[in-house]
Amino acid sequence: MPEPATPTPILLPPAGAPAAASRGQLRMAAERFFRHKLAMTGLAVFVLLVLLSVIGPMLWKYNYEQITSQFGTAPSAQHPFGTDTIGHDMFAQVMEGLQTSLETALLVAAISTVIGTLIGAVAGYYGGIWDQIMMRFTDLVLIIPVLAILLVLSNRFAKQSDSSLFVGLMLAILLWTYLARLVRGTFMGLREREFIEAEHAIGASTWRIILRHLIPNAAGAIVVNATLTVANAMLIEAALSYLGLGVQPPQVDLGSLIAAGEGDATALPWLFYFPAAFLVLAILAVNFIGDGLRDALDPTAREH
Amino acid sequence: MTGFLIRRVLAGILTLLVASFLLFLLVAVSGNPLATLMANPHVSPATIAAARQELGLDRPLLLRYWSWLTSMLTGNFGTSTTGQPVGSELGGRLLVTLQMVIPAVVLAAILAVLVGVVSAVRRYSVLDHTLTAVAYLFYSTPVFVVAILLKDFLAVDVNNATGHTILYTIGQNDPGTTGTWNVFADVVQHTALPVLSLTLITYAGWSRYQRAQLLDVLNADYIRLARAKGLSPRRVLYVHALRNALIPVVTVISIDFAVLIGGAVVTETAFGWQGMGQFLLNGLTGPVSPDTNVVQAWMMVVAAVVIGFNIIADILYAMLDPRIRLA
Repeated sequence: MPEPATPTPILLPPAGAPAAASRGQLRMAAERFFRHKLAMTGLAVFVLLVLLSVIGPMLWKYNYEQITSQFGTAPSAQHPFGTDTIGHDMFAQVMEGLQTSLETALLVAAISTVIGTLIGAVAGYYGGIWDQIMMRFTDLVLIIPVLAILLVLSNRFAKQSDSSLFVGLMLAILLWTYLARLVRGTFMGLREREFIEAEHAIGASTWRIILRHLIPNAAGAIVVNATLTVANAMLIEAALSYLGLGVQPPQVDLGSLIAAGEGDATALPWLFYFPAAFLVLAILAVNFIGDGLRDALDPTAREH
Repeated sequence: MTGFLIRRVLAGILTLLVASFLLFLLVAVSGNPLATLMANPHVSPATIAAARQELGLDRPLLLRYWSWLTSMLTGNFGTSTTGQPVGSELGGRLLVTLQMVIPAVVLAAILAVLVGVVSAVRRYSVLDHTLTAVAYLFYSTPVFVVAILLKDFLAVDVNNATGHTILYTIGQNDPGTTGTWNVFADVVQHTALPVLSLTLITYAGWSRYQRAQLLDVLNADYIRLARAKGLSPRRVLYVHALRNALIPVVTVISIDFAVLIGGAVVTETAFGWQGMGQFLLNGLTGPVSPDTNVVQAWMMVVAAVVIGFNIIADILYAMLDPRIRLA
C-alpha cells in the first residue's frame, strides 16, 4: 500500500513540540553552555578537583592514614598543607576527604534523580489517585528537615564500616522531592498536548511515551536539578559529618576534617583552612555548572 | 477566607497525624535504647527486662504509639531518660533557638531585599556582579565554616585588639549576669556571631530570588504602562514593581523560617548553644540512645512548625496578592 502523499495532520510533528532530543537543539544548548564563562570555569575547576581526588592519592608520597613524625607543623615543601597533631599529612587527608565528599554527592544526585523522575512521572502522567498518593507522600518527606531525619537514621546506620555509602543512600532517599514536583508539573502540561495524543492514536505504549517523549522534554530541568542536588548533597553531608553523625573513622570527608581541625583552628589554622577551602571551592564549581546548564537547557528561563 | 483557613488547618492537622505515625516508626527503627545495657556483661537479664518494662518496650508497637499520641494530645511529651519532663525542657530550648533564628531571619530578609533590589535596578553593573559573586560564595559555604571563621578568627582578633571580651563564642548567655541593661548587653554579645553566621548564609539565596522576581516584574506590561503614563521611576519601582516582586519572596522566607529552626542544630553546635538542636543531638548520642521521647517530641514540634509556616505562607500570599482568590 502506497504511503499517502500528505500524511494526516495529526501525525505531523507539531510545531515547537517534542524536539528536546533532536540534534539541532542539543547542539544549540551545548553551544550556549560552552559560551557560559562561569559555567566553563566551574566545569574546569570541578574536573581538576575530581582528578586531584582520584589520581592525587595514588601519586602522593603519603597515604592519608599514614602517621609521620611531624606533629602539627605548618605548611612546608614536604607537607604543602601542613600536618595535624597526630602526624597525618594534611594534603593526603584533604585529597581523600575530597574524594569521599565528591563520591557521596555524585551518588546522591544519581539515585535521587532516578527516584524523583520516576515518582514525578507516575504522578504527572497518571494523575488522579496516583498523583494524590505520590504528592501527599512527597509532602510528608518535606515536613521534617532532611538533617533531622538523617541524624536519627545515621544514629543506627552510619556506624557501619562503609559509612559514606550509607550516608549517601540515606541522603538519596530524601533529596528527590523537589525534582518529583518539577517532573510532575512538566508531565501534566505535556500530557494533554497533541503529539502525545498522536502517540496514543498510533498505539504507543505508556512506557514508550514516557521514556521517548515526556522525559526528553523534561530532560533540561532534570539535568539542572541533578547538578544542584550535587551541591546540596555536599553541603548536607558535610554538616552531618561536622556533627559527628556522618562519615565515621577511619573514613574521612571534608566535613569531618573541618570538625577535627576546629579545635586547633586558632593555633594551627591550616587544619581548618585547607579542607574548608576545598569544600567551598567544590560546591561553588558545581553551582556555577548548574547555573550554566540552566541558562543553556531551560527554554523557559529568561535572560537575567 | 475563613473557609479556606479552616480547611487548610484541618488538612495540616491530618498531615501532622500521619507524620506522627511515620516519625514514631522512624525513631523505633533507628536504634535500640537498651543496646548499651545489653552490651554490658555486668548487667543481668533481669535488669534489662526491668528497663525494657520501664521504657514500655515490652508492649506492641501500635499500643506504644497510641499511648504516646494520646498523652501528647494532653500536652504530656513524657520524660527523658534522665527523668526530666520533655515538654518544659523543649519549650525553654525552643526559646533559645528562636533567640538565634528570629534576628537572623529579620536581618537576612532586609539584607536580601536591599541587595536584590540594588542588583536588579543596576543590572550587569560592577555593583551587581560584585553582589552576585558574594551571594554565590555564601550560598556555597556551609554555615559551620562561616561560624568557625567568625569565632576563631574574627572574634579572637576583635577581642585581642580591644583587650576586652566583646564577642562571646560559646553559649547563649552568661547566667550570672544581673541588671536589665547588663543582661541585654550580655545576650547581644553572645548572639551577635551566631546570628551573623545564619544571616550570611541565609540572605544569599533570598537575594538572588528577590533580584529575579523584581526583574520579572520590571518586564511586565503594567510596568511599561506605568512608565508610559509618566510616573516617576522611583514611584514605578517602589509602588508598582517592588510591592508585587515582594510577594513570592515573603512566601519563600516564611517557609524557610521553619526549615531554619530545624537546621539550627549546626549553628548551635558550632557556638555551643543549648538549644533545640542540641536537645536532639543529646537524645541521639547520649548513653541511652535514642532517647525516644526526646527525639519524637523534637520531631513533632518541628513538623508542627513546618506545617504552620506553610499555612502562614499561603495566607500571606493570598493577602498580598489580590489575584489569588480563595475559593
